[in-house]
Amino acid sequence: MGIEGIGARVLRKEDKRFITGAGRYTDDHKIAGMHFAAFVRSPHAYAKIKKINIKEASKMSGVAGIFNGKELTGDGIGNIICGWMVHSKDGSPMNMGAWSALATEYVRYVGDAVAVVIAESLEEAQAAAEAVEVDYKVLKAVVTAEQAMGLKAPQLHPEAKNNVIFDWEIGEEDATDAAFAKAANVVELDIRNNRLVPNPMEPRSALVQYDAAEDHFTLHTTSQNPHVARLVLSAFYQVAPENKLRVIAPDVGGGFGAKIYIYPEEIVCLWAAKRAGVAAVKWTADRSESFLTDAHGRDHFSKAKMAFDKNNKITGFKIETLANLGAYMSLFSSSVPTYLYATLLSGQYNIPNIHCNVKTVYTNTVPVDAYRGAGRPEATYLVERMMTTAARQLGVDPAELRRNNFIQEFPHQTPVIMAYDAGDFGASLDAAMAEIKYSDFEKRRKKSAKNGMLRGIGMSCYIEACGIAPSAAVGSLGAGVGLWESAEVRVNPVGTVEVLTGSHSHGQGHETTFAQLVTERFGLPKDNVQIVHGDTDKVQFGMGTYGSRSGAVGMSAIEKALDKVEAKAKKIAAHMLEAAEGDIEIKDGEVMVKGTDKKLGWHEVCLGAYTGHNLPEGMEPGLKEGAFYDPTNFTFPAGCYICEVEVDPNTGVTTIEKFVAADDFGKIINPMIVEGQVHGGLAQGIGQAMMENAVYDDDGQLLSASYMDYTMPRADNLPNFHVSTTETLCPGNPLGIKGCGEAGAIGSPPAVINAITDAIGHNNLTMPASPQNVWAAINDGGMAEAAE
Amino acid sequence: MYDTNYHRAKDAADAGKKLRACDDGMYLSGGMTLLPTMKQRLAAPSDLIDLTYIKDMNKIEVKGKEVTIGATATHAEVATHAKLAKVCPSLAGLAAHIGDPHVRNRGTIGGSIANNDPAADYPSAMLALGATIITNKRKMKAEKFFTGMFDTALAEDEFVKAVSFMAPKRGAYAKFPNPASRYAMAGVYVADHGKGDVRVGVTGASQGGVYRPKDMEKALSKSFEPGSLEGCKVDEGDMLSDIHGSSAYRANLVKVMAKRAVVAAAG
Repeated sequence: MGIEGIGARVLRKEDKRFITGAGRYTDDHKIAGMHFAAFVRSPHAYAKIKKINIKEASKMSGVAGIFNGKELTGDGIGNIICGWMVHSKDGSPMNMGAWSALATEYVRYVGDAVAVVIAESLEEAQAAAEAVEVDYKVLKAVVTAEQAMGLKAPQLHPEAKNNVIFDWEIGEEDATDAAFAKAANVVELDIRNNRLVPNPMEPRSALVQYDAAEDHFTLHTTSQNPHVARLVLSAFYQVAPENKLRVIAPDVGGGFGAKIYIYPEEIVCLWAAKRAGVAAVKWTADRSESFLTDAHGRDHFSKAKMAFDKNNKITGFKIETLANLGAYMSLFSSSVPTYLYATLLSGQYNIPNIHCNVKTVYTNTVPVDAYRGAGRPEATYLVERMMTTAARQLGVDPAELRRNNFIQEFPHQTPVIMAYDAGDFGASLDAAMAEIKYSDFEKRRKKSAKNGMLRGIGMSCYIEACGIAPSAAVGSLGAGVGLWESAEVRVNPVGTVEVLTGSHSHGQGHETTFAQLVTERFGLPKDNVQIVHGDTDKVQFGMGTYGSRSGAVGMSAIEKALDKVEAKAKKIAAHMLEAAEGDIEIKDGEVMVKGTDKKLGWHEVCLGAYTGHNLPEGMEPGLKEGAFYDPTNFTFPAGCYICEVEVDPNTGVTTIEKFVAADDFGKIINPMIVEGQVHGGLAQGIGQAMMENAVYDDDGQLLSASYMDYTMPRADNLPNFHVSTTETLCPGNPLGIKGCGEAGAIGSPPAVINAITDAIGHNNLTMPASPQNVWAAINDGGMAEAAE
Repeated sequence: MYDTNYHRAKDAADAGKKLRACDDGMYLSGGMTLLPTMKQRLAAPSDLIDLTYIKDMNKIEVKGKEVTIGATATHAEVATHAKLAKVCPSLAGLAAHIGDPHVRNRGTIGGSIANNDPAADYPSAMLALGATIITNKRKMKAEKFFTGMFDTALAEDEFVKAVSFMAPKRGAYAKFPNPASRYAMAGVYVADHGKGDVRVGVTGASQGGVYRPKDMEKALSKSFEPGSLEGCKVDEGDMLSDIHGSSAYRANLVKVMAKRAVVAAAG
């Protein structure tokens, strides 16, 4: 691997600028003549817009324009799309309501944008936005999925009767019911997956530069996928054709899914800059706007039951899920509670029959979409809470029940689409149990009891699907795009290398790991390699970064391009050295003829490619190759997490005493970065399990709308993590990579809740296991919300 | 933030004069509550009169058991004052756990008690310590000063100059922080002044703001041990309720924190 190649713990190249404050985020960019946008937002969860009065506001200092939704649609700006078509089980397409970037007739959640003010300064824009008078007819709102389906519930969109967007199913219902009819034991579980606010450190931002002479737009924006943003802004929102729109996602301070989507603010800033006739418009969310408008995550309620035969083998699994998608369908909202969720319901287990029914509904809340893990955390929470609940009911050790049902042979076709290609679930379980000293737990429990504390242990054996995904496969399931990735490797005449990638780094460390591939291949120092991403003028196309796909898909594209570069370089070298192409070897920055002392420096071969003085007959000069990589399958990271907690029965305060993670991510390029990903994922998963909760009141006001009320995990809430990896290579891509970006957030919540319910001695506990909720569970046998 | 005029008071008399001269002025001390509120456009005073430049108003004096703390003493100054830590470690300890280092280096004791946030720490200490609040106009006992949530006896142009008290024989503060904001969700200050005089101040929990639970004081005056509190009842009906703590949970926390404070004070 060399000191900087594959497998090396290379320090992150990008961190120098990040930790010295030299990062360049969207809001850091300034343009001469730049104006500012401020949005007039609805204070009501559901209301009809009667009148918008801008008379006073438009006279205020610095105001260049105030625009509303009717003007926006009048100018031909298209409605916001959902990029994944899901059909109900009766074959009908999903019932999608219209979503205009500025509301035209109705507002449907608190924060829904009604108008925009463009002014010379931010203060002037905000002052004028406050002076815009909107006359609303307030309507009764509905905030929970259960209530939205009720007979008397307010109807949010004429297209969606009873607010139901689709009623979808997967798996064979009859066969599953038959398995239950023959079951020796049936375990039932009702489960809620709490709603989360994503909270990237950098709020969303958009900076539009409009060149009137060329009728050309440049958009700097906080995006995880700038090319997809340009495609959608052009093809669906008709802001500008693709050749007249450059999208740049510069340094982006965290995404977690919330920056995949193309939001109203970007669309409106592009349109309004031209309409107001100004050179540039900037909008940056303040933290309150982030809480109120960033797509939220999760928000499921499920009723599940699992059938076992007399040998405690699982024979059937049946699930009814209700998912709250908020006021409008966000870009990938329909795929999250369906193809990203129910396809993982087999977990690590051999389950012959699975049936899952998913209903999704509109409510007067922020749109819900993919958030770190996107569907897989919901599936894992359900499966792994079920396995522990079953073990308790069946009177067997949770580890043994799992082991008894593990899939042992690969490939394995589950009843819910996925075909697992490789894995060794027992290896992860063994590693985690050894690390936490599982067999000695009862001793530790007794010791805690002596101090008046309740100790518990809980595990989670997760599997997830990354590397999304084969384009034809996702196309057949309803995706509006292909999910390949592109790369271009440009070797300069002096031998330094630029890698252009369609992946986007917003914290993942691509500038380091991607460079390690080049280092591995040619033996060049990593500092001779520059990773270029996030600019539609530089990178031809790409699908961006989400779903832990940039290793398995993005790096595979780079590998393919490197193959082509290597082949051409060898041809050139063979010609220059008068040797056979097959005898050429590239190593440590040198190009040599195997078994001889004949060699050239890498830079000599590169220079030769560009001088063109001595190339093989008919060869084009230059050394630059591109590749598109379309994955052959999903990849399947898996592992085992074990959590040990101590609960103070007097206050409900729960302390994580030890947390062990044993993951199988396939080939690892940079173990340090992988560990960082696991740490961050665990922090988010533990945050969901114990702290984070988006709470609306009955009128649709978000009660947890700031850090005063939304509990973000902090360093002192978390233990030192014990992380390790086992390895089975992914057979589906050239490097054997599976992906590691979301596993921590996917696998950890059930481990935590299994541990706390073990400590308190019953199952009636809902996430987040805050001190209050745990105390209530101990004292009342569960809080009101838990007893659905 | 809306436009506002900033003034710096030279002395106490100047502060009062400046405030009376403006439309809708407010005194500014550390600004740890007022400034964020203004930044969110939820408060819009026409003028701010900064008290923190008034000479010697941040002085901490300890003469034997007699303690006087100037209103503009920061939490960090209270937390790290050597003589105070010796005679009244419980108050220094309380100050050391307010907010974070940024807040402790800007926030002041006078600002905290004048705001009387129901989740602030200092008001409980003022009650338990039997403190006297000294303003630019008068002196009054803490009980008279705190009149309810975010409410004090301060007149429009009145501000806190200092607080004074006799250090107790022993005391401690136990706080249960709100998991999100880390403000007190139940904070109990217990002070044993000797000769059967135990006072207890409770913050964060009650709908009426900071208060003294008389039954706890009585029980602890008889016998200063956690077991004395078993028979005391905290009325749920008086407690605050929000997404982080129901009234029942808060009532429980008040008792648990009171016991922990007694254990800590008994050392």
